Amino acid sequence: MTGRWSWFNISSVVFGFAFLYLPIVLLVIYSFNESRLVTVWAGFSTKWYGELFRDQSMLNAAWVTLRVGLLSATVATVLGTLAAVSLVRISRFRGRTLFTGMVYAPLVMPDVITGLSLLLLFVSINFDRGFWTVTLAHITFSLCFVAVVVQSRLVTFDLSLEEAAQDLGCTPFQAFMKVTLPVILPAVVSGWMLAFTLSLDDLVIASFTSGPGATTLPMKIYSQVRLGVTPKINAVCTILIALVTTGVLIASIMNKRRAMLDARAAREMS
Amino acid sequence: MPSLGSIRRSFTPWEDAGAKPYISFKNVTKRFGDFTAVDNLSLDVYEREFFSLLGPSGCGKTTLLRMLAGFEEPTEGELYLDGQPLKGVPPHKRPVNMMFQSYALFPHMNVADNIAFGLRQDGMEKSAREERVAQMLKLVKLEEFARRKPHQLSGGQRQRVALARSVAKRPKLLILDEPLGALDKKLREETQFELMDLQQQLGLTFMIVTHDQEEAMTMSDRIAVMDKGIIAQTGTPAEIYEAPNSRYVADFIGSVNILEGKVVSSGDGHVEIDGPDGKFVGAVRSHAPADGATAWFAIRPEKMRVSREKPDGVDNAIKGEVWDIGYLGDMTIVNIRLESGKVVQAAMINQSRIVDDPIGYDEHIWLSFSADAGVVLDR
Repeated sequence: MTGRWSWFNISSVVFGFAFLYLPIVLLVIYSFNESRLVTVWAGFSTKWYGELFRDQSMLNAAWVTLRVGLLSATVATVLGTLAAVSLVRISRFRGRTLFTGMVYAPLVMPDVITGLSLLLLFVSINFDRGFWTVTLAHITFSLCFVAVVVQSRLVTFDLSLEEAAQDLGCTPFQAFMKVTLPVILPAVVSGWMLAFTLSLDDLVIASFTSGPGATTLPMKIYSQVRLGVTPKINAVCTILIALVTTGVLIASIMNKRRAMLDARAAREMS
Repeated sequence: MPSLGSIRRSFTPWEDAGAKPYISFKNVTKRFGDFTAVDNLSLDVYEREFFSLLGPSGCGKTTLLRMLAGFEEPTEGELYLDGQPLKGVPPHKRPVNMMFQSYALFPHMNVADNIAFGLRQDGMEKSAREERVAQMLKLVKLEEFARRKPHQLSGGQRQRVALARSVAKRPKLLILDEPLGALDKKLREETQFELMDLQQQLGLTFMIVTHDQEEAMTMSDRIAVMDKGIIAQTGTPAEIYEAPNSRYVADFIGSVNILEGKVVSSGDGHVEIDGPDGKFVGAVRSHAPADGATAWFAIRPEKMRVSREKPDGVDNAIKGEVWDIGYLGDMTIVNIRLESGKVVQAAMINQSRIVDDPIGYDEHIWLSFSADAGVVLDR
């Protein structure tokens, strides 16, 4: 490895990035297309965005998705963190291996099966399908992802930190809140983000468990596409991409700033 | 003000039958499943004592500390602190602070906040708290590092932060779990004396766990040597070293040569044993083993003299051959093969820089030692 820019290196980087991002770039470009036809360029326009914001059903779907995402990610984060803590902490309890396996299983379970089984459950207990069933379904599957993310952090967490907090006067609950949680917070936050993203782009499980009046954005987009792709869909997708990108950027900037502040504090004092 | 030495010399509460113990383990047993970590152990520690628990890993010493701090409850038996039973008292309600082996510094807080953590938890008001933190930082000489995070400190600095944090609340008892384990040798030796000063300054009772016998010897008023959940012997460093009660203790602390034999005669605090390595006269601790019983003569390497000629008027002298020589600078360790084939170790202090005719390899020499230099052990 010389670290030089050879033609081979450059072309593989270009090809790789093109493969990943070209479709997205095209989608964004065509969202500003004047033409009704998605594939024919007819000049720059933002009219599809205007149209999008006048489309009440699309806005409703976006609102439902946002609410489902926020609620399910938050609940899943709380439950998933608790599951991870007890799995790591209580090293020997009856059925620990079984329980651990059962937390991981939904990760590899096909969405269709998860969706169908939840649908059967809701039907059999006569639960009216709608906003709450989608939210419950999303909590169910994203909980496992949160548990896995938090658990991987907790494995390297020094338990004596918590004991030290207790030794200095904390109840076990205070010790968790003041020491454990702040230390594992990055993992909890990324667990939340993962859960939120999963909920945001889930189509299959939502289709199974949703009912009238609770159409999520992916469901809406999918049904619209079946009637023909309009640049309006491109516009929705562009907004989603912008949101996600902003979120990722903010998170990484915050991380970097904190690291810089730490380093500066250390420099000033030494 | 009296010197540290005079305080230390006159401090022997364990010899006073009327003294009230500060910590009391009464027939404490702790089991983890099938494994018995601590086995029917009783121990008294007195106020302001510097007490060490010494033993190999897995001997139960850390479990003993964790029971005192409240992280484990005894399976059987009772624990008393200052006369109060500790049963069922959770860690955060015990007037005991612990310094952890891993230091357990809170990584998301800076040094000052780490030290202030316990004070904040007690609801100490801000000005008093800041004053105490400043005092603690001064004590451990880390004033300039108050705003650093633990990961920006060296190992020795972290150790001092952990120490400051554990004494900030002015506990009457400080428990230290292998406090110097992560430091290099030089830093460890410096810190040993710092710890002793600190303990005297603050008037604390220290209970320390270590597997480093040198550390225990340097710092402690008394040492308990542990073996598989029981205390093999409790005593001052000198008692443990010079008058061990068993081969286990003799072997655990320092180097020792152990020569087996049968008791042939006894009297006047001395016993003579006869075995494959020769006949030896040695002192006994309390009672002499019966004639004919198997006993072991234990002698430290530095208490044996090596000479070319057989010395006159010594209690014990045996012939041997120099097998190996190790030069350590301050002393020279000589391994000597006895006529029986057993190899023993003798240490010679290097008092002069240059010796004209030093004892060399394969030389036939005499090992000599007085009767009081070694002890006869019955187990």
